[in-house]
Amino acid sequence: MTRRSVEEVIFKVLMYLATCVVVGSLLLLLAIITIKGARALDLDMITKIPTGGYYLGKEGGVLNAIVGSLLLALGATVLATLLALPVVLFLQNDYAGRTWLAGVVRTALDLLWGIPSIVYGAFGFSILLFLGMRASLLGGIIALTLVEFPIMARAMDEVLRMIPRELKEASYAIGATRWETMRVVVVRQAMPGLVTAVLLAFGRGIGDAASVLFTAGYTDNLPRSLMDPVASLPLAVFFQLGTPFPEVQARAHASALILLIIVLFVSIIARLCGARLSRFAVK
Amino acid sequence: MFIRALRERTSASLIWLVSLTVPLLTIGVVVALYVRSRPILTKFPLLDLLRGTDWQPQAGLFGFKPFIIGTVWVTVLGMVLATPICLLTAIFLSEYAHPRVRAILRPIIDILAGIPSVVYGLFGVLVIVPFVADHASPWAAKHLTHLPWLSSPGFSTGYTVLAGGVVLGLMVIPFIVAVADEVLHGIPAALREASLSLGATRWETVKHVLVRAALPGLVAAVVLGFSRAFGETMAVLMVVGNVWEIPHSVFDPAYPLPALIANNYGEMMSIPLYDAALLLAALILLVIVLVFNMLAQLILVMARKRASA
Repeated sequence: MTRRSVEEVIFKVLMYLATCVVVGSLLLLLAIITIKGARALDLDMITKIPTGGYYLGKEGGVLNAIVGSLLLALGATVLATLLALPVVLFLQNDYAGRTWLAGVVRTALDLLWGIPSIVYGAFGFSILLFLGMRASLLGGIIALTLVEFPIMARAMDEVLRMIPRELKEASYAIGATRWETMRVVVVRQAMPGLVTAVLLAFGRGIGDAASVLFTAGYTDNLPRSLMDPVASLPLAVFFQLGTPFPEVQARAHASALILLIIVLFVSIIARLCGARLSRFAVK
Repeated sequence: MFIRALRERTSASLIWLVSLTVPLLTIGVVVALYVRSRPILTKFPLLDLLRGTDWQPQAGLFGFKPFIIGTVWVTVLGMVLATPICLLTAIFLSEYAHPRVRAILRPIIDILAGIPSVVYGLFGVLVIVPFVADHASPWAAKHLTHLPWLSSPGFSTGYTVLAGGVVLGLMVIPFIVAVADEVLHGIPAALREASLSLGATRWETVKHVLVRAALPGLVAAVVLGFSRAFGETMAVLMVVGNVWEIPHSVFDPAYPLPALIANNYGEMMSIPLYDAALLLAALILLVIVLVFNMLAQLILVMARKRASA
């Protein structure tokens, strides 16, 4: 009896320790980035683009990267939503009918989901070369769409799978077509989850560096068209950190904090949205 | 009535059309990378490229071995560090934690899973790299000299496999914990109750009943985490040193495949075959990750079949 309870206690302690390590180290990460970033964060950082000697420590900010990241993630999220919605509607058996086809699409989606973003970056750049384009806002959006699409589609699929079969059947029983059922019943019922999925993908997209590294390029200016190269926050962190000047490195910390704040904000909004909108769903 | 039928038909065809591009896209990525890396594959046998240790693009030497080995070192180290901690945390969250504690911790872990990799990388540069340089490496040089994989040169910049592994471990923690917790939580309460009613302690229930029932799901969680870590680029690139050599200890620097692509692709396109070599690197990465993901899928499908049988 004692040996059994000793084992129980030992593993309980180990579990507490593990949980403390996990939560503690991640909170430490947040704390360090916040403290280091807050030191160099000022109004100039978020309202100005880099000036001549910015990378030597002169004044300026990373507005180019903030605007660039928002444009990239926004464009990619819109495109990914347009792709993901039809696909997840298809994955329900109303459309696919023969379920093996839904199985093929779902497996393909899972595989796409697992592809590293650096591979999407290289693939996207190959496509750009093939089309005769150069690194640009549009190129970055395309690569980022590839990264966001599987993330979003999988999250949406989870949501739609939770919808009770009876709800759809009730709609079909009163003579609605599949499209009407999807639009009026399924999508509306799933709306909170769908919004959460879209925001989740946006958050992942805005923080992704590897896919936009070759496809979006980098510039100190604000983009004026889809064909202009564009800066992004993750790359701003990376490049500024790579300079030998402490002032510029401090700005890398500040840029990381800006990125972190945007991502956490979107992530929290996504959760609140899910909770708020679910009031309108039939329980 | 006509309009309704028209809408139904158009929407259905659109939905079919878009959905069928998904498998095509998956195949397309593989094929595109293969086609683009053909020039180098026709010139050298694949095995020679994989086994070659020299990387001198100017001289036409492309050996991927240091990069593949480097990736494996960093990823395996990260997983070795993260897996036990993740599983213990997931068991705690699912089996021991008060529902209120779980309700607080789960969203926090989900939110942390969304933190961008450059932020993890920056944390590595600010905290882990200096720690390795100032404390871990000198300590290991004094105490761990006889161990094969832990020997330290004494002086280290900190940009090492160890720093990469720790950052990678940290990054996959929220992901693995979330999946493993989900798996454990999905096990029917009746199984727990049966075990507890026979007089088993909670840990015995976990050990003999839950872990056994959840094993495929837990393995899949770890395999998915592994393949995720394998392709992670920026965070690792920032802390691992990027020195082209085969690491022999966790205190050596490494140069993983994703970092190779990120650092060199898009530049120096004038060197013949360089472009093809880097896309081959992407293809190797892709194939390894796809194999691991399919493995995870297979484990889950087989587990589901066994559960329903």
